[in-house]
Amino acid sequence: MTAAAPAKSLTVAVIGNPNTGKSTLFSALTGLHARIGNYPGVTVEKKVGCVDHDGVCLNLVDLPGTYSLSPRSLDEMVSVDVLLGRQLDVGQIDVVLCIVDASNLERNLYVVSQVLDIGLPTVLVLNMWDVALSRDIRIDVAVLSQRLGIPVLTCEAHKRTNIAAIKSALVTAAQQPTRTPQRLFPPEFYREIEALREQTTVGKNVLPDFLLERLLLDAGGYVEQWQTKQHSQALPAQLTAARDRLKAAGCRIPAVEAKVRYAWARQLLTGVAQQPTARPTTSSDKLDRFFTHKVWGLVVFCLVMFTIFQAIYSGAEPLMLMLEQGQNALGDAIGSLMPIGPFRSLIVDGIVAGVGGVLAFVPQIALLFLFISLLEDCGYMARAAFLMDKLMVKVGLSGKSFVPLMSSFACAIPGIMATRVIENRRDRFVTILVAPLMSCSARLPVYVLLIGAFIPDVWYGGWLPLQGLTLFTMQALGAIVAIPVAWILKMTFFKGETPPFVMELPSYKWPSPRIVLSRVYDRVKSFIVRAGTLIFATNVLVWATAYYPGDHAEERRLQAEVASLREQHGAVIKQYEETEEARRGEVPPEVAAISAAEDAANRESQRLLEISYLGRTGRALEPVFLPLGWDWRIGVGVIASFPAREVIVATLGTIYSLGRDVDAESQGLQSALRSATWPDGRPIYTIPVALSVMVFFALCAQCASTLMVIRRETAHWGWAAFTFVYMTVLAYAGAWGTYHVGLWFMS
Amino acid sequence: MPKTTLNKLNRGQTGIIRDVLGDDGVAIRLLEMGLTDGEPITLVGAAPLGDPLEFALRGYRLSLRISEAERVEIDSPS
Repeated sequence: MTAAAPAKSLTVAVIGNPNTGKSTLFSALTGLHARIGNYPGVTVEKKVGCVDHDGVCLNLVDLPGTYSLSPRSLDEMVSVDVLLGRQLDVGQIDVVLCIVDASNLERNLYVVSQVLDIGLPTVLVLNMWDVALSRDIRIDVAVLSQRLGIPVLTCEAHKRTNIAAIKSALVTAAQQPTRTPQRLFPPEFYREIEALREQTTVGKNVLPDFLLERLLLDAGGYVEQWQTKQHSQALPAQLTAARDRLKAAGCRIPAVEAKVRYAWARQLLTGVAQQPTARPTTSSDKLDRFFTHKVWGLVVFCLVMFTIFQAIYSGAEPLMLMLEQGQNALGDAIGSLMPIGPFRSLIVDGIVAGVGGVLAFVPQIALLFLFISLLEDCGYMARAAFLMDKLMVKVGLSGKSFVPLMSSFACAIPGIMATRVIENRRDRFVTILVAPLMSCSARLPVYVLLIGAFIPDVWYGGWLPLQGLTLFTMQALGAIVAIPVAWILKMTFFKGETPPFVMELPSYKWPSPRIVLSRVYDRVKSFIVRAGTLIFATNVLVWATAYYPGDHAEERRLQAEVASLREQHGAVIKQYEETEEARRGEVPPEVAAISAAEDAANRESQRLLEISYLGRTGRALEPVFLPLGWDWRIGVGVIASFPAREVIVATLGTIYSLGRDVDAESQGLQSALRSATWPDGRPIYTIPVALSVMVFFALCAQCASTLMVIRRETAHWGWAAFTFVYMTVLAYAGAWGTYHVGLWFMS
Repeated sequence: MPKTTLNKLNRGQTGIIRDVLGDDGVAIRLLEMGLTDGEPITLVGAAPLGDPLEFALRGYRLSLRISEAERVEIDSPS
């Protein structure tokens, strides 16, 4: 870009260490209208925001928080590619906005020095100026700017100070002539760079200087892997030779880079920044002593985790209930306006229920991200990972996987979305793939129904309740199975060097409500937009397989009859329900007539389900279910609950002619299950069968929404398919084993 | 001066960093975080289960696993 022509639109890359208030500054600059997506082929979040300043349109690209620009994976390469203008969906970068923590300048300058090597116009923002002042850190901004040769501004992003000045500085910086990149390394280093340039140049394809530096400095890093693939197997040997020559010359790789850059930072700050020689004990340090204390630290941790868990598990319930009631009311309202028929069924049971199926997850997602954003913003999240790391290392993961996995006990969807805090791709993927094994709240109704119906209500030794024990075992089963699964995944698909747990423990601070709320909003929005449509489509599809191809005319007639009878005898029913007559068994003829009509309608619904595509599939697959001790009815229930496991109760209600409006504690359904028999009169449900069904539900991926979120978070269908297959196989094997061990016990 | 490794520090003790062993991702990360030759580093404490450890250096707090701290050579504190 030439300096003379004022640009109408500028692309600005925003980069900085984690915990510097980068997102706060980003939203202070752009407002809340950021577009969130993914870079193609990777799982890195792409956040772009626009703002107009003096007629210039600033396009800000928020890069992931990073301590350095030395990529070791494709994901980490994204930031480098964006800065070098090699990321095609972003285009050329006009200005770089570097944000640093003014109270921790030296370490923050490391990545700044790498950015300056790239040579783009750069603006440096010293954020958390107030914190620096409160710690008696004094920085001479004018001299710093002069030494660096770039504009330097102070900022308190959470108070939105100096925002307009930063925008002006970005516009001005873009019009400056290109800077000559600094040369911090000794001459031998640059000689090796020149040699590498010749070796890697193909035709007109010359690697930028910065990538040549990375190639030489990052042994085994991403640039080396990529260039080795591009060129020849000879490259690694050439690199090793070059590194050996440099080592002989006294600049050993990799240590030389840190040495050179930190020396540069210290020299830069000499006489510019004054800070107390002994770091005073801040209130953050005192808090930390408490929060990481052997006893109190764990107590506080358990309390925090319990609060989060309770909030998603039961706090979301009233909201979900409201959504459900709204959904029912809407369904009824539409139902009363339209004639009974396939179109009404599509709208009410397909579309409204489908939208409801998407919205049902919103309260849990919103609540979990409210807590996670609060904990992240105040600095506790890093401590949670610190406290739990040793435990998680035993399964091959790190402390950062704890909160996502714990959240998955309430619901795997927000849990999987929460894995974005794990920077390491392999750890993140293993966490995502085992998260659906955690016993989520949707499995509970199945356990309650089957335990209530089949597990005797006895207390072993007078203190151990068998029903409670069974429930606990079912809840714990997934987590126990997840341990070997995670271990195997780490040994096979996600093999590689153990990722470092080198993690900054940031100072505690008050969370900013604006940032917390905007993060919750972003997550909910991205769930609805990206996963919601697919979840909705799946729900409609399942509705169709259960509805077609039967002729629903008779069912409609019977339902209309029930409705008209209810209307006709409304007063009698009300009186009957209010009096004690029900207990004495004196049923008035009107009520008996309604029950008979309802039974007829339910039987017709049962027949239609049996002949539907879903029912036919269930019957056709009976040989598959027989080894588990199941009949085709259980099979249909299980198949119908693949999109969402909580559907099983309503499906069983239809299968046993009780209508869809049954719940897990319904006595009618429990006794219907107890009296169900095989054609030869043997009962279908025995304790081994009930246990085998429960184990199947504990281990199976019966949740289309989870699979959609896995696809979204891993940016690939393959992992969703893999999760589905491995969990179904596991569930089948588990159910088979349980049934046979159960039979052996009973005999 | 006799050398030891970072994980051997006692709580509250400060050592001077001499070297980071190896050239893999962990070593590079340690160097990037400022664990360079000549820098003082203090052990602040350990997680309740004994691992990881919390250190103070260059005015900030850093958490390292024992296995990572073993990679950092320091002068034995007197």
